[in-house]
Amino acid sequence: MTRRARIALFVVAGGCTAALLVLGVLDLPHFGSSFHPYRDASLAAAVAHKTSNVISSVNFDLRALDTLGEETILLASVIGVTVLLRPAEDEHEHQPVGEGRLLDSTRMVGYLFLPITVMIGLLTVAHGAVTPGGGFQGGVVVGTGIHLLYVAGSYRALERARPVGLAELGEAVGAGAFACMGIAGALAASSFLGNVLPLGAFGDLFSSGSVLFLSVAVGVEVASAVVVLLAQFLHQAVEVTGEEKEAA
Amino acid sequence: MRVYAYLVAVFVLLVGAFGIVRSRNLVHAVVCLSIAQSATYVMLLAIGYQSKATPPVFGSPATKPNTSTVEPLVQAMTLTDIVVSATVTALLLAVAVQVHKRHGTVDPNELAALRG
Repeated sequence: MTRRARIALFVVAGGCTAALLVLGVLDLPHFGSSFHPYRDASLAAAVAHKTSNVISSVNFDLRALDTLGEETILLASVIGVTVLLRPAEDEHEHQPVGEGRLLDSTRMVGYLFLPITVMIGLLTVAHGAVTPGGGFQGGVVVGTGIHLLYVAGSYRALERARPVGLAELGEAVGAGAFACMGIAGALAASSFLGNVLPLGAFGDLFSSGSVLFLSVAVGVEVASAVVVLLAQFLHQAVEVTGEEKEAA
Repeated sequence: MRVYAYLVAVFVLLVGAFGIVRSRNLVHAVVCLSIAQSATYVMLLAIGYQSKATPPVFGSPATKPNTSTVEPLVQAMTLTDIVVSATVTALLLAVAVQVHKRHGTVDPNELAALRG
């Protein structure tokens, strides 16, 4: 199909889709209205399980099975990227030469913010059940925080400090811990991923039972996923060179 | 005003789709897909919004739970959505790298023929 035909087709199809969607949204409850039945139900459930962050309660308690599925998507895509980005037969790896030129200020900011970022990430994971945050958000902060080493100019330092082997293990341990918690819930609380741990007091760090545990498991998995994914892409960009492709 | 936020979501979705259709570069197409997907964030958060409501987080030390908060369910779904979007983007970019290696181009228009 030519480019022009494709765009013409899109204009027709996109117009129909737009009309349908606009007709649909006109009948939705008004923006900013106070009609939120799911809110009322999930607030009550979160308070009953002593979880002061209701969003974490939804993710790791009420709809924890959904999060297990999502975690599996994450695991699958990490495996997919790892498989896709293996060096091919006609490629060879080389040690990156030189470190390039870098402003001292950039380097300083990188090294200064590395520990701060990783610490904030860990705090976000640990307080996932009580304050805004949780395993997903904190995991991303930890995983990317480590890569400030690369921004600060040294791929070799990143290679030394970056625990790729540990991250691959963490990926499996995070997913496994989540599933084990689910089985523990099935055995002890009569439902898969049921809340089996002591609930604690509303608003305490160690409250909300299994929400905290699952949040940490997800945090480990997400941080590991970010490290493994970026390791694959950086390896591809910095260390792998292919033969010049002959024009086929 | 009452449906304005929803219309923004519809607009972002269509702009992302249009970007994919007229894309000349697979990386560009992947970014457009991310844009189309971010329409769902706008949609979900708009549905969950309530005027003059507080966040559904009661903090540490805890404040007394009240029922005048925005919808936590759609916020949790948005979080799920963002994570899936990020991982799918990573996977698609890896595919784009492979396509470039195999075919020497990232222009979808030149990738019409299947090759082994």
